[in-house]
Amino acid sequence: MGSMQFGIFSVGDLTVDPTDGSIPTENDKLKALVTIAKKVEDIGGDVFAVGEHHDSGFVPGAISTLHAFIAAQTERIILSTSIAHITTNDPVKMAEDYATLQHLSGGRADLVLGRGNTGQVYPWFGKDPSKGVELTIENYQLLRRLWDEDVVNWEGKFRTPLQSFTSIPRPLDGVAPFVWHGSIRTPEVAEIAAYYGDGYFANNIFWPKEHYIRLINFYRQRYEHYGHGTPEQAIVGLGGQFFMRKNSQDAINEFRPYFDNAPVYGHGPSLEDFQAQTPLVVGSPQEVIEKTLAFADYFGDYQRQMFLVDHAGLPLKTVLEQLDLLGEILPTLRAEFDARRPAGVPDAPTHANRVAARDAKLASEEVTA
Amino acid sequence: MSTVVAITAGLSETSSTRLLTDRLVESLGRQTGDVSVEVVTLRELAHDVVDATLTGFASPRLQDALDKVAAADGLIVATPIYKASYPGLFKSFFDVMETDAVIGKPVLLAATAGTARHSLAIEHTLRPLFAYMQALVVPTGVFASTHDWGAEGAQALEQRIDRATAELASLLKGAGTGRSRDDEFDLFSETFRSIAEGPRA
Repeated sequence: MGSMQFGIFSVGDLTVDPTDGSIPTENDKLKALVTIAKKVEDIGGDVFAVGEHHDSGFVPGAISTLHAFIAAQTERIILSTSIAHITTNDPVKMAEDYATLQHLSGGRADLVLGRGNTGQVYPWFGKDPSKGVELTIENYQLLRRLWDEDVVNWEGKFRTPLQSFTSIPRPLDGVAPFVWHGSIRTPEVAEIAAYYGDGYFANNIFWPKEHYIRLINFYRQRYEHYGHGTPEQAIVGLGGQFFMRKNSQDAINEFRPYFDNAPVYGHGPSLEDFQAQTPLVVGSPQEVIEKTLAFADYFGDYQRQMFLVDHAGLPLKTVLEQLDLLGEILPTLRAEFDARRPAGVPDAPTHANRVAARDAKLASEEVTA
Repeated sequence: MSTVVAITAGLSETSSTRLLTDRLVESLGRQTGDVSVEVVTLRELAHDVVDATLTGFASPRLQDALDKVAAADGLIVATPIYKASYPGLFKSFFDVMETDAVIGKPVLLAATAGTARHSLAIEHTLRPLFAYMQALVVPTGVFASTHDWGAEGAQALEQRIDRATAELASLLKGAGTGRSRDDEFDLFSETFRSIAEGPRA
């Protein structure tokens, strides 16, 4: 795995294919996610992530279960979230679920945490939707301690206190899964990422780059403020969205009905306007390469690039073809990003390089002692 | 030099709303030479406004208009009255605007309609909208119906226009409400501080 990671993220939506009216069953979609994850490994990708949803019309409610199943059938890819809800899940359960996944996958688990996007989810899990930011802050403080400290005494506002509690299993090799914090509009989430020296993930699919530039720059400045390094050393992940065919016009013709009827932006702006105004790229492999490389100009050199491809009713067969095409351009993307990368920009976080960094730090502390 | 943006929501070309907007702009220029006015015509942004309500972001030309409004020292807002209120396009334009875009800005309200029966629409529809957005609304609103463009009403309309723009000019010279939008994140809010310091007792 190189200095930058590339992967696929999905929200696991059950959307009608507008070209034939078909809709996958929950069983179809869950199995499709497994097939897509294995394909990511086959094409030389690095990460597969799924977004937690509990609303009808989606399937990924139990991500650590899904990921355990995928982990058993893959060897290399990191399994992540896009996002997991830090607001509505019990931090004790999250600590144990994802530490278990980390052990069984051989250190291939990491997490993008976020608030979750709809208010109705909170009461389903016994939480108050007006307390989203406070829940995010308190629950993450607890999750962090459960992984970093062997014995935790803790008291907060939103769950019962803990006395002399040890969450099990302890993180693999004593290094917890890497955590990113994802937000599309809440600066407090960028502040949490900066305070803890964690990664920050901007989904970068629905809105113009200016929106994400503001939040990422804020995160980078605050990362420096809290003493974790320079702004350029902060750990940034981005989303992206493409549809490609060898010929640009074929890609546009094939994708247009899916775009025009897509749940988020359908029946609004034209495909052409939306491409010009957002990170979406529909075209040839070369066009996808060019638009993706430009992200580093806008957001600074970064660590992880995820793409959304299995949405808007696109059939699995088409999604897998898209992944084959991604596999063909991955070597170019890696080489071009590496070529422009200044010295001092950290590599993407993996369990191996984080264990090595921890060991190096311990060794240098022994020398000084 | 103050900058004023005049937002005109007339839906037909050469609408009476545009006519009223031009009269207000011309009158404001007579009250104070120390002002530059730019007119934003919502009809030209209609598709962009609808798209933004669906996607959550503004196209470049809509963003340009929104930025001008946010940067202005004051606003003139003129809309036709349909079915006892402003048309949907007018409301949608303010719906896609940042919530705090007009806080503390002096805003002159103006409306046109086919008959005088709509004459209180400024007071019962426009004024609450701008009160909600925490603008500083000019006391005199300018309503013009068909009658006001004729010989009988013209002089009274002229007087209302001049009175309203004089009030706007005076407010532009003052310190406003002392509040305006704050572009920065509030790092000292309770929630921000709790991230590094733990929850407040």
